[in-house]
Amino acid sequence: MDTRGRTLLAKIWDQHVVAQLSDDTDLLHVDRHLLHDLGGSRGLLDLKSRNIPVHNPELTFATPDHAISTAAARAGTIKTGWDLLAALRTETSASGIQLFDLDQPGQGIVHVIGPELGLSLPGCLIVCGDSHTCTHGGLGALAFGIGSSELTHVLATQTIIQRRPKTMRVTFDGRMPFGVTAKDLILALIGHVGAAGGTGYAVEYAGSAIGEMPIEGRLTICNLSVELGAKMGLIAPDDKTFDYIRGRPYAPKGEMWERAVAEWRTVRSDSDAVFDREVSIDVSTIIPQITWGTSPEHVLGVDGRIPDPADIADPARRSAIEIALDYMGLKPGAPIAGTPVDWVFIGSCTNSRLSDLRAAAEVARGRKVAPGVRAWVVPGSETVKRDAVAEGLDRIFIDAGFEWREPGCSMCLAANGETVPPGQRSVSTSNRNFIGRQGPRARTHLASPATAVAAAISGAIADVRMLER
Amino acid sequence: MPKAFTKLTATAAPIMRTNVDTDIIISINRMVGNSVRGHLGKWAFGSLRYLPDGSDNPEFILNREPYRQAEILVTGPNFGCGSSREAAVWALQEMGIRAIIGSGFGDIFFANCFQNGILPVVLDKSIIDSLAAEIEASQGAGRLSVDLQEQTITSPSGVRHAFEIDPRRRAGLLEGLDEISLTLRRDQEIRAFQASDRAARPWIHFAG
Repeated sequence: MDTRGRTLLAKIWDQHVVAQLSDDTDLLHVDRHLLHDLGGSRGLLDLKSRNIPVHNPELTFATPDHAISTAAARAGTIKTGWDLLAALRTETSASGIQLFDLDQPGQGIVHVIGPELGLSLPGCLIVCGDSHTCTHGGLGALAFGIGSSELTHVLATQTIIQRRPKTMRVTFDGRMPFGVTAKDLILALIGHVGAAGGTGYAVEYAGSAIGEMPIEGRLTICNLSVELGAKMGLIAPDDKTFDYIRGRPYAPKGEMWERAVAEWRTVRSDSDAVFDREVSIDVSTIIPQITWGTSPEHVLGVDGRIPDPADIADPARRSAIEIALDYMGLKPGAPIAGTPVDWVFIGSCTNSRLSDLRAAAEVARGRKVAPGVRAWVVPGSETVKRDAVAEGLDRIFIDAGFEWREPGCSMCLAANGETVPPGQRSVSTSNRNFIGRQGPRARTHLASPATAVAAAISGAIADVRMLER
Repeated sequence: MPKAFTKLTATAAPIMRTNVDTDIIISINRMVGNSVRGHLGKWAFGSLRYLPDGSDNPEFILNREPYRQAEILVTGPNFGCGSSREAAVWALQEMGIRAIIGSGFGDIFFANCFQNGILPVVLDKSIIDSLAAEIEASQGAGRLSVDLQEQTITSPSGVRHAFEIDPRRRAGLLEGLDEISLTLRRDQEIRAFQASDRAARPWIHFAG
């Protein structure tokens, strides 16, 4: 028997095995299944057509986020968006699934509301038909995105068939410099290991910088795990995690809470656990990051220069850079700072939580969005929106010339008709700068909320450290 | 229920770009709706396949003969990364793709392929590059063979390459198995797990 220490992944995984299907593939119990408007009703309809009931509706939760407009009163929601919402309402109601509907506390981006409601808990296994489900790993949950067929399988059986991934530990040590955020750390990591560097791994983030990081930053770190190719990102829960969860609507209470915390304290890698791959990053060397190309791995420090294909020997890499520069309309070798921008989007499951809006408002306060720039702030949930309004953050944004919107995914994936027009350049706090992601021929640069506001104020990509007070 | 896959000899098209994400394979605005299946093939690789005016982009390989008939894709690193959208696999399937050979795939995309009877094969990058070079040298005339029984790929010139595949997934493809029915046969085990887990972790379970 292997006597080495066990990883966080192994501990959670083993606890969820219903049946071993082969040497490395298990049938795992799903503790929380989150549905959204884009695929949720499709799965429920599939199941209905096969005459199979939902196995555990009480472990399944739904909210509309992807396809509804974030304009006031949801004006501008496209017809298919309303149709999807109508189907989600009908099918969740028929199946006895809790739906957090529009304008209710609890509605919002599915990866924002899970932690916020206390649905996402340490040691629990969470799936959702959305690749950014890895976000919930910030609380010590094993959480990952699944496809439509798998979604239907979970509805029917409350289980998922999974191959056990390899493990990778990323240690972020050192003190975070002024102006550097969780988003900058994870973008720097993706630049370092590449967009496929985590493929086949579950990534555990550790180190002093993670320990000192607030929970919402940890959620941001885990959110981008899939952009380095990993399906799952994990952070061991600690007292900060427990403080964050305590008192949330679906969190355990009273004596049950004490029992849960005692259990959660064991949900961490043993000190002698062995990982298949180890990466160490000294965060004190990181500066605010911005992407220049069409993959999150196309990233550099905001003081950097756009790559020049002429400097690249490897033909495949050179060709990839040429294609990206052509799409992005950028000049090789030029500084990235000073590149004019047309749009700024603050939102998405990466960066739409209250702490993100506070960081953005801190930079926006008393300043004005540059002429010709359209800038949106889209809170991640109804609760984030209400809390931000209670603190007056909405006023700061509106006074600075930002639009303050309703919660949803909005311009992150532009499934709801909210798009950056063709050829226009956007600085976005979201997670993907893919070709066409924010709309056909839209050009996206990923950055932290503070860096995005700096771009809005400057009318160009800018170093927030020059602006901050 | 997925179609079974056993053996295929067909035209293969190399799409060697790095990091082809599922947004590129199918745009989100083509898949918003509950009944999009059956209408996606036309929009696979839309941003590469069509010019802004809607006409075919002659530069894109799948718009050229004989690649229009391709049933196999030979792909660059990290194909199918990004979003979990299974519609990307449906779109490829609807345009006639049955197998995808590459040096690495997005994890969720890879799993989605098996759910739909598409065989994804992982081979060393050097082999992928040589396959792409052979196909290009014959201008697509040379056909590729994929044999799941034998676990081999045969290049147009007859070079055979063995590939590894998870035996469970191989069996699933060969037989076109329906996973939901198979798992529901284990429902006693699932309910027994839940009963004991309810005692161990009651905070997970909201109903008795």
